[in-house]
Amino acid sequence: MSEPLVLMEGIEKRFPGVYALKHVRFELMPGEVHALVGENGAGKSTLMKVLTGVYQKDGGTIFFKGKEVEIPHTRAAQDMGISMIHQELNLMPDLTVAQNIFIGREPRKRLPLFVDEDEMNAKTEQLFEWMNLQVDPRMKVGQLTVAKQQMVEIAKALSFQSEVLIMDEPTAALSEAETNDLFRIIDQLRENGVGMIYISHRMDELKRITDRATIMRDGEYIDTVRTAEVSRDRLIAMMVGRKILHSPKPDVQTKRNKRLLEVRHLHRYPLLQDISFHVDQGEILGFAGLMGAGRTEVARAVFGADPIDSGDIYIHGKKVDIKQPFDAVQKGIGYLSEDRKRYGLMLDKDVKMNIASAHLRHFQQWLGWMDDKHIAAVAEEMISSLNIKTPHADQHVRNLSGGNQQKVVIGKWLVRNCDILIFDEPTRGIDVGTKTEIYHLLHQLAEEGKAIIVISSELPEILRLSHRIMVMCEGRITAELNGPEATQEEIMQYATQRMS
Amino acid sequence: MIFNQTLFLGHLVKLLGVINVKPVHNYSNIFKIRFKTGAALQQLLAFASLIGLIIFFSLASENFLQFSNIMGILLSTAVIGVLALGATFVIITAGIDLSVGTGMTLCSVMAGVFITFWGLATPLGVLGGIFTGTLMGCLIGLMVAKMKIPPFIATLAMMMIASGLSLVISGTSPIYFTDRPVFSTIALGTLIPGVPNAVLIFFGAAVVAGLLLHKSVIGRYTYALGSNEEAAKLSGVHVDFWKIVVYTIAGTFTGLAGILMASRLNSAQPALGMGYELEAIAAVVIGGTSLSGGKGTIIGTVIGALIMSVLRNGLRILSVPQEWQTVVIGLVIIFAVYIDILRRRRAVV
Repeated sequence: MSEPLVLMEGIEKRFPGVYALKHVRFELMPGEVHALVGENGAGKSTLMKVLTGVYQKDGGTIFFKGKEVEIPHTRAAQDMGISMIHQELNLMPDLTVAQNIFIGREPRKRLPLFVDEDEMNAKTEQLFEWMNLQVDPRMKVGQLTVAKQQMVEIAKALSFQSEVLIMDEPTAALSEAETNDLFRIIDQLRENGVGMIYISHRMDELKRITDRATIMRDGEYIDTVRTAEVSRDRLIAMMVGRKILHSPKPDVQTKRNKRLLEVRHLHRYPLLQDISFHVDQGEILGFAGLMGAGRTEVARAVFGADPIDSGDIYIHGKKVDIKQPFDAVQKGIGYLSEDRKRYGLMLDKDVKMNIASAHLRHFQQWLGWMDDKHIAAVAEEMISSLNIKTPHADQHVRNLSGGNQQKVVIGKWLVRNCDILIFDEPTRGIDVGTKTEIYHLLHQLAEEGKAIIVISSELPEILRLSHRIMVMCEGRITAELNGPEATQEEIMQYATQRMS
Repeated sequence: MIFNQTLFLGHLVKLLGVINVKPVHNYSNIFKIRFKTGAALQQLLAFASLIGLIIFFSLASENFLQFSNIMGILLSTAVIGVLALGATFVIITAGIDLSVGTGMTLCSVMAGVFITFWGLATPLGVLGGIFTGTLMGCLIGLMVAKMKIPPFIATLAMMMIASGLSLVISGTSPIYFTDRPVFSTIALGTLIPGVPNAVLIFFGAAVVAGLLLHKSVIGRYTYALGSNEEAAKLSGVHVDFWKIVVYTIAGTFTGLAGILMASRLNSAQPALGMGYELEAIAAVVIGGTSLSGGKGTIIGTVIGALIMSVLRNGLRILSVPQEWQTVVIGLVIIFAVYIDILRRRRAVV
């Protein structure tokens, strides 16, 4: 073939404390659909952000049509003809479909102050006809379904006449028929020489639509293969690698007594379908799955943060009615969000205040005065028992490290006397050393008789912590595995198994 | 910035040549949805409330529907209405402008300086007064867009600065336009017999604002900013520039309101103006514009402003004390916004 459309060589990217991309290579030919695969956090998104000018590379070179280029901002990438369809939609809900597609480059009337709405709508209609998309260009985007919005986003990228089109999980919200339409468009663009980078976890799709695949793992380039010639198992093996687990497997002999939480046939259309599981006292239950598999949604549904369509929740064997987070907390469930800075902590308040905040009533005195001495005593107790590294209890939480902030959140829920603790990505953004400490803490909590649910995108973490593992894929539980015996390959198999 | 139409069409035709085109037919159900939801209903509701109020007051008092009283209502709407037109732009970007009340006063004081103190020709003085507003708006825009000062703070500061400057410049006493009889005809003259010019200017300004907001690129970016600023930025819209433009437009309307005010009173009253900004915001909100941005129309704002002055006028005719009139308007605001919230909640489900 001719020379590559895009060639990235030796790309390096460092973030404070993290080596995000290590000498990564990537090549895209004209008219090629090139898959970019890897586990969550393998560096796919970072690489694409370097290519689209969102991030600046720290090393390496990018060639575009044979010429070395710098991409200092997103606009530069757009001008070159590199567009990205983001997973999180970048549309303006209050504008119409056509207005969204043409934002920033509206066709003008003879008096150039005014927008030629008719021409804009006509052009959009033409584009949609070609895409076989049945959407009224005059409709407000906010009134469309997510799938339709996704198609509008794709239409917008197409209208830029891009030569390089990056699609991040484009089919995540699409139905089978819409996916077929998208593939038809992809084939069309392929014939026109457009190069496409296709990020997806759906193995069967990769086989169907892509020519080659580049595999990444832990920020490193692993290999580039012809998708037709490689087996699905081989692909998964390359994604997962042979990671050595330094840690001991969880202790199988932990005594499990009472069934603390049981969830039966939980439905929340269309995100969750027939979710059933249970956690016992002293047990750590892991939830594995890819981004968007519905793990966090399960936690939020159990915690009452999202409404459910149907399903029953039992705590201590008794059926409970959880309508809002308040009910869940009353029943002894604590939820530690993946975004602890936003949902878990008051960053500009001190450690004391944060620890007391989930259970202020506990520290109330006569007439509602706060018992500051009591708060201070409990805070000190937590600081020493959880080994929170802070100079004193009056330190603002903002000044603590990520790991110690997480411990403060844990302390907060312990004060509340929660028996069931749900950890969503408990070690996100926490350095390796403190990670181990958090793991020990979770085991310790389990031994003390708490029931713990851990949601994590890091397979080694799930394997290290869990007694049992539920694997989710597209809103369903696809497997229940025995923690000590499970392997990463096994989990990935179930996590990518598309249900029909 | 200008979209290359020929290239786009060329690309499309090239693509169209290769595949079969399937025309789209089933738009019918989409139209139904469009008719039912959206700002249309809110406007319908606001308009119905306005008609309802007019009917109520006409039945309650025979003085209400007199031609002179109607003109009185329209005249008293003009100043707040023009302010509200500018405020609509700002509020649709999810911003707020608290400076329009005292800013308007500063504009009338400056017109007084130009005309009475410096003896400039009346049209020049008027333009100077309006331009003062434009400049103020531009400054606010710079503060908000470039210095990243939250609109509430930037315009609160500007409100105080304008209030103080009006007093300083005028020497705390009113500036009269008595030696320029033509000045007072700007608002009170009658090009159409019986209809004060201020009313014409208000409706004229509304038409201009409507064209700008609903037909021009400026309006398009105004909605884009309020709907999803990040998305607009990623789509290559110069977010900062258009923010400055929006505040500049609002400032220009403030200047126009200042001239109307001065002309009506035939003087620039430096102590006036505080509180007008809130009335303007109230009119915008009653008219269905959302303070969280992205939604709103000029016609809604006009109706909102009319509802406020019809209420005030009608209640006065019924001899309701002024204090109570204000209470009622407060209640109307709660009612209007609550209806909007109910509507939106339904739209989500």
